[in-house]
Amino acid sequence: MRHLLDFQGWTRGQVESLLDTARVMAEVLERPVKRVPALRGFTVATVFFEPSTRTRLSFELAARRMSADVVSFAAQASSLQKGESYKDTLLTLEAMGIDAYVIRADAAGVPHQAARWVKGVVVNGGDGRRAHPTQALLDAYTLLEALGSLEGKKIAIVGDILHSRVARSNVELLPLLGAEVWVAGPPTLLPQRLPGARLTPHLDEALAEADAVMVLRLQKERMEAGLIHLQDYIAHYQVTERRLRKAKPHALLLHPGPMNRDVELEGTLADSERSLVNRQVHNGVAVRMAVLYHLLVGREG
Amino acid sequence: MRFKAELLNAEEVRRALHRIAHEIVEANKGVEGLALVGIHTRGIPLAERIARYIREFEGKEVPVGMLDITLYRDDLSEIGIRPQVRQTRIPFDLTGKAVVLVDDVLYTGRTARAALDALMDLGRPRRIYLAVLVDRGHRELPIRADFVGKNVPTAKNEVVKVKVEEVDGEDRVELWEREEA
Repeated sequence: MRHLLDFQGWTRGQVESLLDTARVMAEVLERPVKRVPALRGFTVATVFFEPSTRTRLSFELAARRMSADVVSFAAQASSLQKGESYKDTLLTLEAMGIDAYVIRADAAGVPHQAARWVKGVVVNGGDGRRAHPTQALLDAYTLLEALGSLEGKKIAIVGDILHSRVARSNVELLPLLGAEVWVAGPPTLLPQRLPGARLTPHLDEALAEADAVMVLRLQKERMEAGLIHLQDYIAHYQVTERRLRKAKPHALLLHPGPMNRDVELEGTLADSERSLVNRQVHNGVAVRMAVLYHLLVGREG
Repeated sequence: MRFKAELLNAEEVRRALHRIAHEIVEANKGVEGLALVGIHTRGIPLAERIARYIREFEGKEVPVGMLDITLYRDDLSEIGIRPQVRQTRIPFDLTGKAVVLVDDVLYTGRTARAALDALMDLGRPRRIYLAVLVDRGHRELPIRADFVGKNVPTAKNEVVKVKVEEVDGEDRVELWEREEA
């Protein structure tokens, strides 16, 4: 594994090895001194061409917990505003001796392209609607922590599937661990096909006997584009206490955040014992430590 | 690699660990505040056995922890393989304890140094001892063991293989020679 761009070509063994390392990193985060010298001497750049709070902070904390130096690039306060291209921005960073780039972009494929431009390793921090692999890894880690194994487990992903990079990465990753993935959403927000998942416009069908339900954020711009009416969405797709009775009795709830309470998910459920939302954020740091460690220390050649 | 000699057989391994257990208790003047920490992989069963011997002759339990030092190594770029990180589990408070680090072989001293760094991050032991089954020399750091099962002068192209029942199915220490490429 030279870069982490998506899960194309990944094996179950590679995923499990990475998640095993994440478990060790989680133990490091419980120590009185939450820092190890594993990445001393390495420099990690978070290059965010698109705004983000939790992903950027989570990566920066992960790198610092392993003693790497961290530089942070935000498009809004950069020479991109003066017309500098993505490529020139990355080559400028390259000249400063960066070892790893965590790249977030609103356009799909930017991290893939970046991997051809720079010598360092590239981690996809979310690109367009294409992929958000570290979110899927932390989702898988959180599910494994709660369920023990994903073999034969039914996971339902609900909401705006069409525009969701989180859904796409989870649909690539979770079946590798043996899970059966269903995706449900309004017909206007469902792709034609999504290899690895069962698609349905009927929420109840996806929720039936589900072990866990991953609820996605309904984005305002989809409503403005006329793809869905808010009240229709709430009426048919909001995950509520009542609808969740279709799922297994203690079915778990995940949400990648940020959350629109009482839109895609009933507010009381978000705060209930079934909700793993805070666990997801917590686990994000350990999982990203494992990713940076595997890429930087385990790199070949 | 070419097999050269058997350095310790099962009975000699047992006797060496037994002696180390006695030496530890003597150095610590009893088992008060004593704890053992085995370094992955073979240091862990060795630490557990030393604790068992101490229980047999002192009638008291000594806590045992396990330590993985991969995240503290300074030679990862040299070993050239993907390092496997394993669980560290110290189920007791290190602060104020006399901790005995246990490993199978002492060679360059880099593993021991990494273990010292890791222990310091996990708590503040009163003092730290180092116990090894085999000391093969060639130190690159100013580190020495407090308790040694067997000192074996070796050449750099030789390899000391420690086998333990719990991991390898037998207790035995062997000397091998790397053949010229």
